[in-house]
Amino acid sequence: MKKHANVFANEITCEFILMMIIKIERRFMLELKDICFERNDRKILNHINLKLDTGKFYVITGPNGSGKSTLAKIIMGIEKPDSGTILLNGEDITNKAIDERAKMGIGFAFQQPVQFKGITVYDLLKLATNKELSKKEACDILSKVGLCAIEYVDREVDRSLSGGELKRIEIATVMARKPYIAIFDEPEAGIDLWSFQNLTEVFKEIGATSQGTTLVISHQERILNVADEIILLGQGTIQKVGAKEEVFDHIFKPKKCGKEVAPCE
Amino acid sequence: MNKEDKELLEEVVGEDPTKADSYNIRKNGKGIDRKVNPNINIAPKENNSGIDVYVKDDTLFGTVNIPVIITESGLTDVVYNDFHIGKNANIIIVAGCGISNNGHWDARHDGIHRFYLEEGAKVKYIERHCGLGVGDGKRVLNPVTEIYMKKGSYMVMDTTQIKGVDDTIRTTKAKLEEDTTLVITEKILTSNDQQAKTEFEVELKGENASTHVTSRSVATDDSYQEFISNITGNTKCYAHVECDAIIKGNGKVKAVPEIYAKNVDANLIHEAAIGKIAGEQLMKLMSLGLSEKEAEDVIINGFLK
Ligand SMILES: Nc1ncnc2c1ncn2[C@@H]1O[C@H](COP(=O)(O)OP(=O)(O)OP(=O)(O)O)[C@@H](O)[C@H]1O
Ligand SMILES: [Mg+2]
Repeated sequence: MKKHANVFANEITCEFILMMIIKIERRFMLELKDICFERNDRKILNHINLKLDTGKFYVITGPNGSGKSTLAKIIMGIEKPDSGTILLNGEDITNKAIDERAKMGIGFAFQQPVQFKGITVYDLLKLATNKELSKKEACDILSKVGLCAIEYVDREVDRSLSGGELKRIEIATVMARKPYIAIFDEPEAGIDLWSFQNLTEVFKEIGATSQGTTLVISHQERILNVADEIILLGQGTIQKVGAKEEVFDHIFKPKKCGKEVAPCE
Repeated sequence: MNKEDKELLEEVVGEDPTKADSYNIRKNGKGIDRKVNPNINIAPKENNSGIDVYVKDDTLFGTVNIPVIITESGLTDVVYNDFHIGKNANIIIVAGCGISNNGHWDARHDGIHRFYLEEGAKVKYIERHCGLGVGDGKRVLNPVTEIYMKKGSYMVMDTTQIKGVDDTIRTTKAKLEEDTTLVITEKILTSNDQQAKTEFEVELKGENASTHVTSRSVATDDSYQEFISNITGNTKCYAHVECDAIIKGNGKVKAVPEIYAKNVDANLIHEAAIGKIAGEQLMKLMSLGLSEKEAEDVIINGFLK
């Protein structure tokens, strides 16, 4: 009888531990461990450690050249880190190819949208959703990013589109995939103020409804305002992670002169 | 016409040629079927050496379909087709050649097409080429196109050579008078050890003549392509030549642009870009879940669409 009780208790602890593990994994959907990336003797990313929770809306901000895009590319698999590991739900994806990561649920809207001769917006959205997509559905996705859809579905994704239009289409391709981890690299860049409010709403909506994680690289206060957490990147390292106020405090704290910025020779 | 012929025709024309208003089907050097109508006459030349197509003035929305098929290994077919397009006529001409070579000898078709556009005539000319068959004899196509455009006429020429042609030398010559526009779009895909050379010679003779030449090509494996364009502007005129090529494997592409302005008001532009598929295009499509191979196919198919 006593023996039996023991087995029972053991089972409970096993299950409990298992549940804890699942919880922990859920909590930290994406984890970067000690990521380093160096080019031309310059440390572009220097020992980056970061954990991104499920269901949260993150914004990465920081000066030009601080390594934001590089970090995003490393998550998507477009760049390979020199060292460090990337975990998705606890699984090591450091050596996985871009398309494998895409299939695992990572999506990335490029800072500079890529153009294609002869491929229409509709083609691209069909590829993105990887299913039979009606023109109506494609139009619905496009109207989310503020494009009057009918006019755009059959246009080619080439230089005949304006910068802002290309940018919106780029965002649409990622939205169409409904990724668990959606990364947008400066989505607001080149998008006019009129529709910008709208776009902020869209990101808010993604944040609120998606079970996944949204990571936006941005310099825009309006986007920073809707973030759950802001990650401040500077010179390849994470300077601060926290709510808006904390990070802003950090940014605007007076710095010692002469040390941070080396004068030009 | 047997079943294979029909299939080859479909492959070339993309549709049933006998559905057109007027047509002429040529097989292994001889005309085998023809239809004319009151506005469009097709008259065979002597000795099966080709046809004369006469389109009456003011003919609207006519179609002329003149496919050629070759199924005999070792055959060389030379044909002269002349098109006389009347004033203000507006027609579509579909031509093309399919060679199915299952033998050891080369099969070759040299089509010389001459277009005479009267004042105000509008022509859309579509030309498709393909090679089929499993024989080790070559499939050779050397089309020559000559275009003479009178005042106010307009012509679009669309050429496609997507598969199976081992050797091609394509020559296109045009003379444009006042207020004319010539739009040429060319698409070529070569693979294995195929060779394709295309040469454009356009003379802008009359005021406000303009031309747009767009060439999109993909050279894969060990294939070789050459693109030569030669545009002369004699007066106030406009030309835009764009040569865009993707190379893969050991593919080689040479682009030789020549633009010659003989008048201060001639505005001539040439753009040429040759390179492999842009890495970022591959990465973007892979980030949408496509494998590298799938991404390449999507990019190339789109490019040649
Ligand atoms: N492959 C590479 N080779 C050399 N240098 C690189 C490479 N990739 C990035 N860099 C450099 O790394 C630095 C960080 O680039 P990154 O694009 O990540 O900056 P960013 O923070 O996104 O800047 P921005 O705000 O301007 O978009 C830059 O100085 C850039 O020139
Ligand atoms: Mg960037």
